[in-house]
Amino acid sequence: MEQIIKTEELVFDYPAQTPEEKGVQVLKSVDFTVKKGEFVAVLGHNGSGKSTLAKHFNAVLKPTSGKVLVEGIDTADETKLLEIRQRVGMVFQNPDNQIVATIVEEDVAFGLENLGVEPKEIRRRVDEALRKVDMVEYYRHSPHQLSGGQKQRVAIAGIIAMRPDCIVLDEPTAMLDPRGRREVLSTVRELNRENGITVILITHYMDEAVKADRVVVVDEGKILLEGTPKEVFRNVELLKNVGLDVPQVTELAYELRKEGIDIPDDILTEEECTAYLSKLLEEL
Amino acid sequence: MLKDITIGQYFPGSSFLHRLDPRIKIILTIAYIVMLFVVSNAVGFLVGIGLLAVCYAVSKIPAKMMFKGIKPIIPIVIFTGILNLFFVSGTPIFEWGFFKITYEGLRLAVIMAIRILALIAGASLLTYTTSPIELTDAIESLLKPLKALRFPVHELAMMMTIALRFIPTLIEETDKIMSAQKARGADFESGNLLHRAKALVPILIPLFISAFRRADDLAMAMECRCYHGGEGRTRMKQLRLGAIDLYGSLIVTACIAAVVCINLFVPAPF
Repeated sequence: MEQIIKTEELVFDYPAQTPEEKGVQVLKSVDFTVKKGEFVAVLGHNGSGKSTLAKHFNAVLKPTSGKVLVEGIDTADETKLLEIRQRVGMVFQNPDNQIVATIVEEDVAFGLENLGVEPKEIRRRVDEALRKVDMVEYYRHSPHQLSGGQKQRVAIAGIIAMRPDCIVLDEPTAMLDPRGRREVLSTVRELNRENGITVILITHYMDEAVKADRVVVVDEGKILLEGTPKEVFRNVELLKNVGLDVPQVTELAYELRKEGIDIPDDILTEEECTAYLSKLLEEL
Repeated sequence: MLKDITIGQYFPGSSFLHRLDPRIKIILTIAYIVMLFVVSNAVGFLVGIGLLAVCYAVSKIPAKMMFKGIKPIIPIVIFTGILNLFFVSGTPIFEWGFFKITYEGLRLAVIMAIRILALIAGASLLTYTTSPIELTDAIESLLKPLKALRFPVHELAMMMTIALRFIPTLIEETDKIMSAQKARGADFESGNLLHRAKALVPILIPLFISAFRRADDLAMAMECRCYHGGEGRTRMKQLRLGAIDLYGSLIVTACIAAVVCINLFVPAPF
């Protein structure tokens, strides 16, 4: 499969604030690739460098050393900036701070207007994007009349209207209530499955990561673990050592194994767990 | 309590005036204001005010709203009236001590009062029938020729849009900060003016910090959506002139021309 994002020995230092201070190295030689159509979750606790990593994917930040390639384009190339940002869209944590216009449909059109698309084509793509995130009936609303989840879906619509190949979501659900979280996640999964858009989801919610194709755990500016959710969450102790949780059912299975009960260590969903537990109970 | 503040004073509707192109409305309003200051003839004013009344009737704006718009400027009207009344020299009609009212002063006082009231009523009609977004678009479009003089037209319009977008957000935030400070024992309701002004500091500082943070976030989000200034930018909504704009501007222009002609050729009754 084709690689959409590739970093090679990516190093990033935050520059020093004062001459006496030393700059902080946030990313220490990260090699990371994302394939076309993949759903990748990036996990890490606060300050692990996961957001900094994400900001390299559409050239918001430039590597101190090393390289970031987006569909083969080096992000250090200033002349390709718009092309890169059109291909890799980014959704941020705070839904309020990324909506520019006073009306939903105008905001969705914002990116397309910047790209200089024809007015008629903008209209068509805005309607299409709003349909995809299921916000059509709110097209004339003003953003402050919407709930957090709805605002975040409008932000996503603004990105997909630009027809990107990849969306990077930087903790998009951190400020939402449970219902808003569900809305946003199901929208993102749908875009990934039905439209083949590559999704990179930065999060610290384990249950969001469970449903990804691949999970990457970042700690102290390095990639600590990488693999399918089952492969990653089996390392319960390692994850706990770096300040992360594992899904509740995985933890339950882990504790049961410690007590000598024969149960697999890669249980991720409640259904799997209940199936195993009822089997065990029957055997007793 | 802060939720009651409305942005602008747009009164949604679908009347003839609401559907008029915002650019035409701005130009006609300016023409109307110029007319008010050209005219000094009672008949002219009568026709001008008649035109305004007809526009209000057509737009279906309740008279209550119009008076609400005029109310805050009544002190100014009274103040200018008094100034004109007592300090314009001419033939005296009333004298008491060193107070002296002249015929010219009285005339000017009445004319200025009519001018200011009609001006506010006319300008309010523009904001009543045009949404802030339409106004911003129209201003951007009307100022476009100034681009040649390096006037930042697009930036100005963008700033207005963002300001409009963030007013409700920041009002909400102010509410939250006020509650938070009240919970910590802050008192905003008692004491003299100076005291109350000082009490606002713990609200303003967090509000400013948060506004800067929002601005930072928004700038990054805008860059991520390929924003690079006004160059090469298109708009989804194009302002287009239609038949109603032609009729509307013809009618209003005819009325304004008539008023100016009356002023020039019909002798003033007093």
